Parts: sequence; structure tokens; C-alpha cells
Amino acid sequence: MTDLKLELKEKIIEQLNLEDVSVDDIGDSDPLFGEGLGLDSIDALELIVMLDKDYGIKLADPKEGRQIFESVETMATYITQQKGA
Amino acid sequence: MKAVYINSVGSVSAQKTFNNEDFLEEIVTYNDTTIRVIEPDYKAYITPAAARRMAKGIKMSTVSAKTAMEEAGVENIDAIIVGTGLGCIGDSEKFVSAIIDNKEQFLTPTRFIQSSHNTVSGQIALGVGCKGYNFTYVHSAISFESSLLDALMQIRNKEATNILVGGVDELVDHHVDTHRLIDHIKHKPVDSSQLLQSNSKGCVMAEGAHFFVLSGQKQSSTYGELVAITTYNTLSKSVLSEKVSQFLGQNGLTPEELDLAIFGNNGDIDFDSYYELLGKGIFKNTPQAYYKHLSGEFDTASGFGFWLAAKILKSQTVPTAVKLNQLEVSRPKTILLYNQYRGENHSLVLLRRC
Repeated sequence: MTDLKLELKEKIIEQLNLEDVSVDDIGDSDPLFGEGLGLDSIDALELIVMLDKDYGIKLADPKEGRQIFESVETMATYITQQKGA
Repeated sequence: MKAVYINSVGSVSAQKTFNNEDFLEEIVTYNDTTIRVIEPDYKAYITPAAARRMAKGIKMSTVSAKTAMEEAGVENIDAIIVGTGLGCIGDSEKFVSAIIDNKEQFLTPTRFIQSSHNTVSGQIALGVGCKGYNFTYVHSAISFESSLLDALMQIRNKEATNILVGGVDELVDHHVDTHRLIDHIKHKPVDSSQLLQSNSKGCVMAEGAHFFVLSGQKQSSTYGELVAITTYNTLSKSVLSEKVSQFLGQNGLTPEELDLAIFGNNGDIDFDSYYELLGKGIFKNTPQAYYKHLSGEFDTASGFGFWLAAKILKSQTVPTAVKLNQLEVSRPKTILLYNQYRGENHSLVLLRRC
């Protein structure tokens, strides 16, 4: 789980081109949208594609994204659940 | 007829041009077949949050446009008109590559959004909150001049007062590879100070962004007056001198009366003959200058020429590095820019001191 969270942070920084952000700047439970990293709706689309491409997980209901992408913690939990299912 | 003034300039190029206080005091020379711009500190102009999705062309343009707007002392403008030969082709290439690499799956929106040609004018408009006329011309080597012409007509027709006009193109790998294959880029590196003596085919390809605030109102920052523009998609050498003389005549000048001719020579032995025809012909007694040894060649390189002409008019000096012949001009009043690329898309732009 810890490795997965680190991997997610690295992918988020790379995919979303967060030039001035390092993995240490992203806390596991920091909000990704709004006050946290300040991601927006285009980033949400990028994250949905990343889940599909890198982890083989398709979001059946886009509304789920609000909870799944709340933080790196929630993303890692969701991916782990889906892989184990 | 209503006068159109060049009230400010902004430039990101292969020279140190992004600071308007300087005027080619230090010439950067290259020995290569391609040249990239000297990048300003983008963070001083663009927030990291905004910059992270910007292609290089947008970043260069944003800096150039902001510089021009600040110098003109305007917070907003009536219209934004941009010329570009290839738009944000870097993101276009990445988007198409992703389609191929991912077997037409997993396409993300960011590259697609930025891959259209009009992204630059749109991003500038979003940045300054301009809801006015927003247009992009994609006309190869006359893209920038097409934008100038649009702005000139709008100001003369009193449809707008202040217009941000610019030209931008970025240098990217695939584009360079394809143009190298078809011999449009030189095969061997060329010392930029010896560009016109390279005696070889093709050009030294480059990139850049040049923006200007054109206005119907003269002010203290004004560089000069944009008098006239004409463009030709095709123009044979047999009628070139006649067309140039006609253009000058329509604006009350003879070739002998012109103070300075600035040519777009790019060192291609197959096509620099157009400039030599004028330089040794109707302009043989006219001071001449050139600039592509400083800027490199790209579809909107003539924006650098326009920047150079504006700076010469304001400073009343012709930098030694751009002089093409030995004739001197002490107080330049009228400047003609002539450019073409590979014998096509010719442009004539006349500027005057005011």
C-alpha cells in the first residue's frame, strides 16, 4: 500500500505536469482538488484515464470519482480493492 | 486615412530580446542547423498552476504578449490576432503519438486541447479577460503579416482602438526531422554570423514569439507607424522589382527615397536570390539589413523583422550586426520589410517614423 501511494504520487506529478511539486509535498490524505493540490476537472479526466491505462480499472460511474480521487489514500484504497475483487 | 501606431513590442527569440530596455547589445551566435529561443524565466510571468498545461509556444507568447501590453500601458485590448504557421505543434505531435502508442485508447484531454492552432490567442484572451475579437491566421510564411493586415484594417475602419497582434511558432523534433528529410533544413551546422556565406541549401530552422500592441492612438511609448502591408502567395522574380516599386509608389515613395530595406535572407542558396535581385537592383543605393542570422527561420520569423524595424525607428540606430551593405542611414524615417519563404508567400510591410 505504501509503495502504491508513492507510485501514485509520482504518476500524478508526471501526468499532470506538476513542475514545482515533489512526492514529499503530497500528504497521503491531502485533498487533491480544491484547497489541496488544486486540481481541476481536466485533471480529473487525466486521472480517470490513468486508472484505466495503468491499473486496468474503468470507472463505471463517473460520480464515484468524487470519492475515489479525494486523496492519494482514497485512490490507493480503491485500486487495492478493485485488484483484490 | 487613420494612422496605425506600433505602441509596444514584445519578443521571445534566439536573441536576448524579452527585455525591451535592450536592443541587440549582445549578439548570441550559434553553430547549428536548428536554434531554440533563449527562454525567459516563465515563472516571473505565468503562475505555476497556469504554466503546467501550457505548450512552449503558449509560454513564449504569454511572455511576449504581457511584455507588449505592459509597455503599451493597457490592461485589456479590443482584439487579439495571432499568426502561426504550425500552432502548438509540439502538443499535436504528442497527441498523435499517444494515439499510435496506445492503439487509439486512453487519450487524455490536455494535449488535444492545446493541439489546435488557435490555442495561443485563446489562452492570452483567457489570461487578460479579453472577450473581444479573437482570430488566428494560419498562412505559412505570411501568417504574421495576415494578422497585421487584419489589425491595420480594423483600426483604420475604427472597429477597434488597441489590438494585440502577434506571431508564434515553436520548434519540435518531428517537424525538424521531416523538414531535414526534404532538405528544407541545412544538413551541416552553420556559423550564424556566416549564414549568407554558407553556400548551401535549406535554412537554419528556429522558433519565436513576437507580439505588438497596434493602436489608433499615438502615445509616449510609440515606436512608429505601420503604413501598409501587401502579400503575395506566388510572385515570380520577373515581376518582383515592379511589384515592390508599385507598393512603394502607392505609399508615396520611390525605391531611392526609402531609408532602409530589411530582407528575410535565410542563407538558402536556392531562394536568397529574390533578395539579391532587389539588393543589387532597385535598392542598390539603399541601406539594407537582414535578421535571420539572429532569429533563424520559421513561419513567423518576419515577426522578428517587424520587431527589428520598430526598434530601429524608435532608437534611430541600425545595429551593426544586422547591416547587409555598407550604406549608412543616420536618421531612418521609412523602412520596408520584404520576406518570402522558398519563393512563396511574399510580404511587403512599410513602417514610418512618427
